[in-house]
Amino acid sequence: MDRIPILRMGSFLLVTIQVDMHDQLAMTLQDDLSAKISETSAKGVLIDISALDVVDSFIGRMIGMISGLSRIMDAETVVVGMQPAVAITLVELGLTLSGVSTALDVERGMKLLRERVQSQ
Amino acid sequence: MSILKPATIDAIKHHQSALLDGWIANLQQGGSLSDNRISRDDVSRQAKEFLALLVSASVAGDVADLARTEWSESRQFLETLSRSRAMQGFDSHHTAHFIFSLKRPLFDLLQKTYASDPMALSAELWAISELLDTLGMHTIRAFQKSREEVIRRQQEELLELSTPVVKLWDGVLALPMIGTLDSQRTQVVMESLLQRIVETGSDIAIIDITGVPTVDTLVAQHLLKTVTAIRLMGADCIISGIRPQIAQTIVHLGLDLGGIVTKANLADALALALKRSGLSVTRAE
Amino acid sequence: MSTPRSGTYAIRSEQDVVLGRQAVRKLAQECGLRLVDQTKLVTAVSELARNAVIYGGGGDMDWTIVEEGARKGVQLVFRDTGPGIADLKQAMTDGWTSGTGLGLGLAGAKRLVDQFEIQSAPGQGTRVTITKWN
Repeated sequence: MDRIPILRMGSFLLVTIQVDMHDQLAMTLQDDLSAKISETSAKGVLIDISALDVVDSFIGRMIGMISGLSRIMDAETVVVGMQPAVAITLVELGLTLSGVSTALDVERGMKLLRERVQSQ
Repeated sequence: MSILKPATIDAIKHHQSALLDGWIANLQQGGSLSDNRISRDDVSRQAKEFLALLVSASVAGDVADLARTEWSESRQFLETLSRSRAMQGFDSHHTAHFIFSLKRPLFDLLQKTYASDPMALSAELWAISELLDTLGMHTIRAFQKSREEVIRRQQEELLELSTPVVKLWDGVLALPMIGTLDSQRTQVVMESLLQRIVETGSDIAIIDITGVPTVDTLVAQHLLKTVTAIRLMGADCIISGIRPQIAQTIVHLGLDLGGIVTKANLADALALALKRSGLSVTRAE
Repeated sequence: MSTPRSGTYAIRSEQDVVLGRQAVRKLAQECGLRLVDQTKLVTAVSELARNAVIYGGGGDMDWTIVEEGARKGVQLVFRDTGPGIADLKQAMTDGWTSGTGLGLGLAGAKRLVDQFEIQSAPGQGTRVTITKWN
């Protein structure tokens, strides 16, 4: 079964979604990620969605869920690289991901994560 | 269902060059050949080409139904012709004249062919007349469509021209909006702002609405949506230059600007943006 | 007088939802939809196709390229023979869900397209028609 790889960078986890997501893949990612956070005691999770050209309510909700889940497990989540068309569509759909932190790209996302973790 | 008599088709086939001469003479009379936007050779070539298509299509069958496949080449030819006429700036009258000029020579030919058979003559005249009318209508429709496309494209170009996204500082973009905002324009403007944020990697976008006289519910909602979309992308947005009337409208409409940073003018917004970027402006002494 | 083009895709599984999205993306590009409109349409497809798989037990998506004057658009019909929806008005409200944690689907999809029409009755399946113009 295909899986989305989760890379470890120091105390952070990096997930780059590069395939057209279907629901099962999203569910698996959620499970894998929470397992990995607990296994590595990661302090932050960075999800790069710059390659996604569609984010529907299911995927949007999954992102929100991952963010909430990591917070409970003491890890910050930052979503980076959302395409303009995807952002406009999500807003129109009524999904504003209000609890989720965002950044323009991976570099800025990492910087944001480091700041967050340091301020804790 | 209406099929031309074999005698008619034969007559057209055998007198193609005479028909073409008659047609071109008619086009000339109508002034279609003395226009410097299109050369005489081009018109003659188009007439010749179309006549050939017409002959092969009418041999194949029904002349009453242009939707049939045997007419597809003729239709396409006329559509291309209409499009190029529209691009060259001709009017619909001129464009349709191309087809209607063929009526006279065809009628003359039919009269000669059926000189001794008035019944057949009237039947064939009717069929040919109907065919040419339909072709003419098709030409006008295609012309209209091309014009609409031209207008649409111009509107889009105009929209893009009227929405400059400017870079104020490294990482700071500004969108000075001027004039009345309708919902379509707002949408296009916002999209180009979002696109530029990605292209330039800017963390802060300032939407300045000093030049906007009024804002209705729909436009206000678009503004709010844009701010949210910018946040989703990972950048921040500041709205500056909200006039008193607009502030009142927003409050009256009960729109929630909560969480949106607003500043009285563009200068204040830029100052805030610089501060957030960790920069400060001091007088050089 | 150009001939309208049309076809049908089967939507039985999650994989079909992904394939349906990709197919509609191509159609939208052919019709000259701007990127944002393409994305909105494809997202609506994702919502409706998922509904057809999860609630309708699988269905079909008919597509047609439609024209009106100089405008072109994509029209899609999602058909399923599932249990149908008893209260359409309720199903069209934001955030409504039948209990599996999905929702937003119908109301959200409606906001993403130019035309939206839904027919459904208990036991008679659901049929949603959407159109997006360029």
